Amino acid sequence: MIWLSWRQFRVQTIVAGAALVVVAIAFAGTGPHLVSLFDNSGLATCRASCSADAHAFIDEVSGSTIQLIFYGSIFLLYAVPALIGIFWGAPLVARELETGTFRVAWNQSVTRTRWIAVKLGLIGLATVATTGLLSLMTFWWASPLYEVAQKAGQNGLSIRKVAPPLFGGIGIVPVGCAAFAFALGVAAGVLVRRTIPAMAVTLVIFAAVQAVMPLLVQPHLIPPVQATAPFNANTADEVVVTQAGSGPLTMILKGDFSRPGAWILENQTITQSGQVFTGPATSACLSISAPPQACNNSLNRLHLRQLVTYQPASRFWPLQWMETGIYFVLAAGLGALCTWRIRQRRA
Amino acid sequence: MTAAIEARGLGKQYGRRWALTDCTLNVPAGHVVGLVGPNGAGKTTLINLSTGMLAPTTGSVTVLGKQPASDPGQLARVGYVAQDTPTYAGFSVEDHLRFGAHMNPAWDNALAQGRVQQLGLDLKQKAGKLSGGQRAQLALTLAIAKRPELLMLDEPIASLDPLARREFLQILMEATADQEFSVVMSSHLVTDLERVADYLIVLVASRIQVAGPVDTLLATHHLLTGPRREAAALPAGQQVITESHTDRQSTFVVRSDEPIHDPAFSVASLNLEDLVLAYMGSAKAGSPHLTLEGTR
Repeated sequence: MIWLSWRQFRVQTIVAGAALVVVAIAFAGTGPHLVSLFDNSGLATCRASCSADAHAFIDEVSGSTIQLIFYGSIFLLYAVPALIGIFWGAPLVARELETGTFRVAWNQSVTRTRWIAVKLGLIGLATVATTGLLSLMTFWWASPLYEVAQKAGQNGLSIRKVAPPLFGGIGIVPVGCAAFAFALGVAAGVLVRRTIPAMAVTLVIFAAVQAVMPLLVQPHLIPPVQATAPFNANTADEVVVTQAGSGPLTMILKGDFSRPGAWILENQTITQSGQVFTGPATSACLSISAPPQACNNSLNRLHLRQLVTYQPASRFWPLQWMETGIYFVLAAGLGALCTWRIRQRRA
Repeated sequence: MTAAIEARGLGKQYGRRWALTDCTLNVPAGHVVGLVGPNGAGKTTLINLSTGMLAPTTGSVTVLGKQPASDPGQLARVGYVAQDTPTYAGFSVEDHLRFGAHMNPAWDNALAQGRVQQLGLDLKQKAGKLSGGQRAQLALTLAIAKRPELLMLDEPIASLDPLARREFLQILMEATADQEFSVVMSSHLVTDLERVADYLIVLVASRIQVAGPVDTLLATHHLLTGPRREAAALPAGQQVITESHTDRQSTFVVRSDEPIHDPAFSVASLNLEDLVLAYMGSAKAGSPHLTLEGTR
């Protein structure tokens, strides 16, 4: 069975290996430069001037090949699981069913259960190894960038590891995601029984899951933190006055919230009775002649409070483990479904 | 002796259609069994049930005394060449032999190599590039070299040209002579089986019409021609398979264990094709005669 799996999968293995080598070369070519930029920026030893040093570094990096490679690698870690699901998973059983070779495979001295278990196991392992290596290389290579982002505070690089879209493209999540995509592809192949439709089904379901995960699942894996503070108009991020048609003037306020790297799920300004503040706008803020400070003062006099719901940056690894765990559980479930279907005798 | 295939009330339903109905069968080991019937009669279903590719809806089937495909040992005892003789298109001939060796503990590599050499197949050739006949031969090699006790072939020669058919059957016969294994081979043409089968199962319209050793079947079926007479007027021991009448003459195909001495009739023997056609015709007329030969 191991021989058969290898013989049927060797082209894919070589392609994956070659792709990893190409990525490794790109990283090896630019990694030392990135490290030297970091070392020369003084960020490693900074005490008070960290923010300034970080900005100097960011100016250097933005628009360069390094930025391109960074976002490219994140994109790759989103794309690779999808590709694995479509090109490794979907054809695995579907092609045998389509060409009739399952009749050959299932009538050797190897039970179907073993046949599917070995295939799922070995190619699943290849899936985990490929994405794992890719993610590890990316994480390593990009570590100076993450460090800078942390030191630059919230106004630095817009790198928030704990928030999408970065979260799903770094760490161990892509590994679980790829395992899930692979099992999804195999299951689609087993159920649809034809390669091309199985590939399409895999892509559609995988894309849907990729959309649902950061929107509906990831924010709630650990109950988010809620913080309240008095609203301070002097440091507010947003003061927006809008009028819909001839309706009343509404006012939306967003206070400043400095938790470096945090994923802010909700940032609301509420009144003393706990309602979301939507106006009416104070007259000082509407008057063109009044100085901005008068507007701020009038807002501060309302004694509004700021309510922020967020996932702190420190939860990166716990959230990573949980989401990866979910993907692996889904993958195991789909693998069991495939095995059950193949054990059923309905060829 | 353990039966090659033993079925009791075996049936398979697809949706609302029964592909095989109430099949009770006891095929002794050591025969080359021809499974004959028109297309869609249920031959493939019977073979798939016997190889464990399908699960029965009703009844049960055992192959060489055990449930089909129940474990690796049982899988090793049964060789199977599926309809259209599938092979891995991307595998070379050599890859197929390696595949066989890795997937079967009892693999006889010398036998496999010898057969491939005898067939003149290029080891490096991809199976997808082989002719239909060569692919069938490769599939047969794969099934024989695993050293099965029972070899099942589902219409292996249906898609082959006459020359390739002949070669295939010849190679098959040589193999059965060399090694001791039973063969079950299906075809919709009796002529394909005539030269090789010594046991016959006629399957028409999802039912087994008759099954038994070829010489017994030939010895017990007779063609009677004589003055017009109703079938009911024939002696009880003579089972009418088909009848046809003109104004003055009646023709019957009857089955009778006793010799027929009625002076009113001229009695002729049937060849295998006539016999099978009689059963096919009788099933079409809607009166299935379920007659089974017991184990001998």
